[in-house]
Amino acid sequence: MNESKVLQIRGLKVAAPNGAILVDNVDLDLKRGEVKGLIGESGAGKSTIGLAAMGYGRNGCRIVGGEIIVNGVSLMTIDRAGREAVRGAGIAYVAQSAAAAFNPAMKIGEQIMEGPLYHGIMNRQEAEAWMLELLQALQLPDYQNFGSRYPHQVSGGQLQRAMVAMAMSCRPDILVLDEPTTALDVTTQIEVLALLRSLIQRYDTAALYITHDLAVVAQIADSILVLRHGKEVEAGSAEQILEQPQQDYTRRLVSERKAHMSGEGVHHKNGEVLLEARDVTAYYGRKKVLDKVQCLLRKGETLAVVGESGSGKSTLARVIAGLPPHSSGVVSLAGHRLADKYTQRSREELRRIQLVYQLPDVALNPRHTVGEIIGRPMSFYFGMNDEQRASEVNRLLDLIGLPRDFAERLPKALSGGQKQRVCIARALAARPDLIICDEVTSALDPLVADEILTLLQSLQNELGVSYLFITHDLGVVRRIADRTMVMQHGRIVETGTTEEVFAPPYQPYTEQLITSVPELRRDWLDGVLAKRGLPVA
Amino acid sequence: MKFLRSITPTAWIGLFIISLNLVLFVAGPHIAPFAQEEIVGSPFDPPSAAHWFGLDQNGRDMLSRLLAGAQMSIGVSLAASVLSFTIGITLGFIAAIFGGWLDTVLSRIVDTVMCIPVLISALVVLQALGSSIPVLIVTIALLDSTRVFRLARIVAQGINVLEYAETARLRGEGLLWLVFKEILPNALPPLIAEFGLRFCFTFLFVAGLSFLGLGIQPPFADWGGMVKDNQQAILYGLYAPLYPAAAIAILTIGVNLVVDWLLAGRSAIQGADR
Repeated sequence: MNESKVLQIRGLKVAAPNGAILVDNVDLDLKRGEVKGLIGESGAGKSTIGLAAMGYGRNGCRIVGGEIIVNGVSLMTIDRAGREAVRGAGIAYVAQSAAAAFNPAMKIGEQIMEGPLYHGIMNRQEAEAWMLELLQALQLPDYQNFGSRYPHQVSGGQLQRAMVAMAMSCRPDILVLDEPTTALDVTTQIEVLALLRSLIQRYDTAALYITHDLAVVAQIADSILVLRHGKEVEAGSAEQILEQPQQDYTRRLVSERKAHMSGEGVHHKNGEVLLEARDVTAYYGRKKVLDKVQCLLRKGETLAVVGESGSGKSTLARVIAGLPPHSSGVVSLAGHRLADKYTQRSREELRRIQLVYQLPDVALNPRHTVGEIIGRPMSFYFGMNDEQRASEVNRLLDLIGLPRDFAERLPKALSGGQKQRVCIARALAARPDLIICDEVTSALDPLVADEILTLLQSLQNELGVSYLFITHDLGVVRRIADRTMVMQHGRIVETGTTEEVFAPPYQPYTEQLITSVPELRRDWLDGVLAKRGLPVA
Repeated sequence: MKFLRSITPTAWIGLFIISLNLVLFVAGPHIAPFAQEEIVGSPFDPPSAAHWFGLDQNGRDMLSRLLAGAQMSIGVSLAASVLSFTIGITLGFIAAIFGGWLDTVLSRIVDTVMCIPVLISALVVLQALGSSIPVLIVTIALLDSTRVFRLARIVAQGINVLEYAETARLRGEGLLWLVFKEILPNALPPLIAEFGLRFCFTFLFVAGLSFLGLGIQPPFADWGGMVKDNQQAILYGLYAPLYPAAAIAILTIGVNLVVDWLLAGRSAIQGADR
């Protein structure tokens, strides 16, 4: 037994309730104070391994083989009570969504102190003192009173930090961090990432850092384990994986991530004006979400709308589609004013604007086959008969790169990327002039997202369709957009060609956004922190 | 084949009970050895070779009355359930899709009706209008449709805000397409399960009303009424009222077993296969 190893996993096997093997024969070692990044796309088994490290299986998943040793105690040989004593005290978990992990009816402080009190590690005074130390270390505003607030009274980034404090409350030797910054905006992500790193270093805590973003892991991890389909692809030190990846899959991940922010923006076109929005103002209840927004989109061009959550970018898309009524302003398509509400627009006007959504899972009716889904706009708008429809469906399936026999399938038999292709095909079936893409790649794994972007670009070259591209991902913007519009708090901060927006001189907010996107360099985080005058750990 | 294999053993038992009851419902009166009104011996004669379940309080054959009662009890409950689902789903979907004041008005009416205990409302209506079979069916259906309304409304609301329903609306699809192609197919699993449960409640409710003398009226046999008619027998240690009571219990359990299987793993009312 090596004393410096706080966590040892040998030959771990986890099975789903239906018998499918989710994690197959994975080995993992964690030394005291070491941070190991677990990298992989969805379904790679990263979270399952993270939970298995605590001797826990989610949703009826069972650990069917292997050994898990935490601080010299094998979790597989002790009973339930023994495992409970290890959880929280020896090893603690930080989930992706803090909002879903906190009890909304209990004060944050109570929830943070629950662990040490339950495990009998500290008495109330000690627990409170320790909590204050943690809250201060996590730089929470007004940290003395932070604990007496309820989860809904603080922001998402603060709540995520509070969850880190909760995980640290029993001074665990190991933290399992499951995508702790993925749900946050880029600018907030930096803060949380920097604080996490300094906290881990200060208390010499070991951590498993689970994420799909290589650049995030590059900032924080000492070693990296790359996973795919529940199996280890490659393991090694962070430098080695990032700079000299051995396996083909890892190389693709690294090069995709490197290419991510290097797009140059594309060609400009000077076609006729397709879509114009003038002075659009919209409210949700009494809250103003769009404030006199202008936008202009030419034929065959891509306009990207970027901003953080709450910037109003999605609302703009929905207003153009006619979903929520806007209170003032004009939206016109090819010089012709559109009615505010989609129900007052003609069928022809509806046909010319199509929408592709962020979550392909809920954008496809689970009871309709792919053929029915793609075919419906054809019979609806163009009155095609079955024969014309079938051949048109085949043509579209060819176009989006899916086999023709997929027409018979139901959406549940498709992967996420395939579903998104079907959504695109459904939009194309209406032969629209404008496709509004609302975060179409955000729910997809990086390599799949990359393929979808390539598809969208080739479709534009072929069909001359225009895109209004709503996204928070600046890498996507650089790759696909002719022009870019940056939004914040319902206002337009900057608008211009993509080269202009992404080249100096920057607008201050745009610059903050751009520099907040993690880069694959190991020293990126330190550089940004130093530049902003924030303490480098 | 895959579908058959997904049926659990308990669901098989439930399906068997339901099919048996359906057979009784269709063929009951024809296979009964005696007419339901025929007096064949003295009251509460014990079971014998000729009368397997013995005789009732008037000396009529218990088995024959059980078989005849199947038609009445199951028929009334089935008719009431179908009617209540037709009303409840229609109004529920309308409320969900149109929303606004229409939803408010419908929902408040339903809330008001639901405030009054079902049994009391039913007793008042049946007392006032007299208990004929059509009145009975319509009364039960209307009272029951409030619960169906609530479920149908919330399920349809859940589906109506999903992106695929929004896509259909943005395409310009009409109401019929939206209801029959987008919402209904995805709302069916929870609604079918609810149908099984509501049928059980209706069935017990009819039996209860008959027991109180306001349900199905003599001379027609029905299971609830038979429990009531024979209740004194239990004081003398006779089994007579237990046979119709058992028939009610078995059918209820059977339907519940099937419903449990239908609901297993489909508690999400999202409508998506997740």
